[in-house]
Amino acid sequence: MELTVQDAVAWIKKSNEKIQANKDYLTDLDQTIGDGDHGINMARGFHETAEKIAGQDYTSYADVLKDTAMTLMSKVGGASGPLFGTAFLKMSQALQGSDAVDHQTLTSGLEEAVNGIKQRGKATEGEKTLLDVWSRMADFFSHETDFAGEKVAEEAKSAMEQTKDMMATKGRAAYFKERSIGHIDPGSASSFYIFEALAEVIEGGT
Amino acid sequence: MKKIINDPNEVVQEMTDGMAAAHPDKLQQLPETTVIARKDAPAANKVGIVSGGGSGHEPAHAGYVGKGMLDAAVPGEVFTSPTPDQIFEAIKAVDGGAGVFLIVKNYTGDVLNFEMAAELAEAEDIKVEKVVVKDDVAVDEVSSRRGIAGTILVHKIAGAKAEQGGSLEEVKAAAEKAVANVRSMGMALTPCTVPAAGKPSFELAENEMEIGIGIHGESGIERKDITSADDIAKELTDKVMSDFDFSDADVAVMVNGLGSTPEMELYIVNKKVQTVLSENGINVYKTFVGEYMTSLEMAGCSVTLLKLDDELKQLLDEPSNALAFHK
Repeated sequence: MELTVQDAVAWIKKSNEKIQANKDYLTDLDQTIGDGDHGINMARGFHETAEKIAGQDYTSYADVLKDTAMTLMSKVGGASGPLFGTAFLKMSQALQGSDAVDHQTLTSGLEEAVNGIKQRGKATEGEKTLLDVWSRMADFFSHETDFAGEKVAEEAKSAMEQTKDMMATKGRAAYFKERSIGHIDPGSASSFYIFEALAEVIEGGT
Repeated sequence: MKKIINDPNEVVQEMTDGMAAAHPDKLQQLPETTVIARKDAPAANKVGIVSGGGSGHEPAHAGYVGKGMLDAAVPGEVFTSPTPDQIFEAIKAVDGGAGVFLIVKNYTGDVLNFEMAAELAEAEDIKVEKVVVKDDVAVDEVSSRRGIAGTILVHKIAGAKAEQGGSLEEVKAAAEKAVANVRSMGMALTPCTVPAAGKPSFELAENEMEIGIGIHGESGIERKDITSADDIAKELTDKVMSDFDFSDADVAVMVNGLGSTPEMELYIVNKKVQTVLSENGINVYKTFVGEYMTSLEMAGCSVTLLKLDDELKQLLDEPSNALAFHK
């Protein structure tokens, strides 16, 4: 199976819908172990991104992700803007030149996204950040041979939930030390919605 | 939520529009942005000083734009770092050929966005250096300490050095010296409400206070029963003194209000701070009492000490015509 340009557009559109629908939940998560702006920022950034993409006529998957990256970087703010922006930018670069995106290509795109997040955020796994979802998803994709929508969503959900028991050592939640344990990381929750959207696009395409 | 606003999503733009309209003789707003810059920017052959961060800390940061302090301030959304494109616009606008110096508070978002902006500027051959302020001793781990009210004194030191004609390297050295010698600690009586969130960031009972609070409504390190101004002043000052060797030093003191604490209370706190310092043999060279780095309408205060040598004293004494730091 291969993903098309329309799938890329649908991915971002669905991601936006999920983030808008869960804006208050994301903000609540961030009020518990952060500064309470994550939902607001992600909703603003993804709204702008969806608007930008809706108005374009794309010919490549990579271009959709590039516009997503640039809009997120300039509209989200906080740490999330550069981090999600970098993830989509690196993915876009890895997918450059591919007409349609097969499983292996998307996997390498996700691996590049993970490298980008690590580099930009000077982060590693286990610090209770969005990297914990992205890294596990890249790993999951690398062990599969073809797209499996339902399993993608399940894996992303489990990766997000795993952040609950972690103690934050990066980002603003790190100030809470032990008190950060028992709460889902907001950036990981947003990442889950992005992968859940991807899963639905994959399901819709089979 | 009870606030004098129009649309929670437009508060930053409407604030900077209003600010530019109030001070057309001193300030300009860069087109299509919320960046506030000196009217006369770029100053030829002077290192441009750019700071910024989330909004909601007014007068930080735009209130410190002026001769002798910042050349431009980049406000993000409320409590949210500004984005790289806006910071980049500020850098371009203040580059007078001697390079641009960035003053960044130590939050993941601020550091990431300013770094990206610096990369964009370097790609256009603008020399950029930066300093990251981390003065909040409430956080044990030094590398993750937040930048709070001490940032204003770093603005002053770096701004004065640049105004004197210091090179980018000299400005950086002076700013780094200020960062190495400044420590702060804050407390709050009430939370604050981010306009777009519509509800308070945390809850505090009528008899409670939170020690070690940051400037974004993030919870502090300890919650306990409220006590007297003297006890609060002593606790904050002791914590600051215990983190760094201020003994026998000359210091600048800042007693900063977080947004809705009356000046009366800040001066009451300052009275005790001065006593504690004097009991510890610390000589106060200069005192600042007022609202310098706020957290919307939060009630509370912070105490900052900056250890001074001859160079820092001289830079602190230089004139500034910034709206919120006129001297």
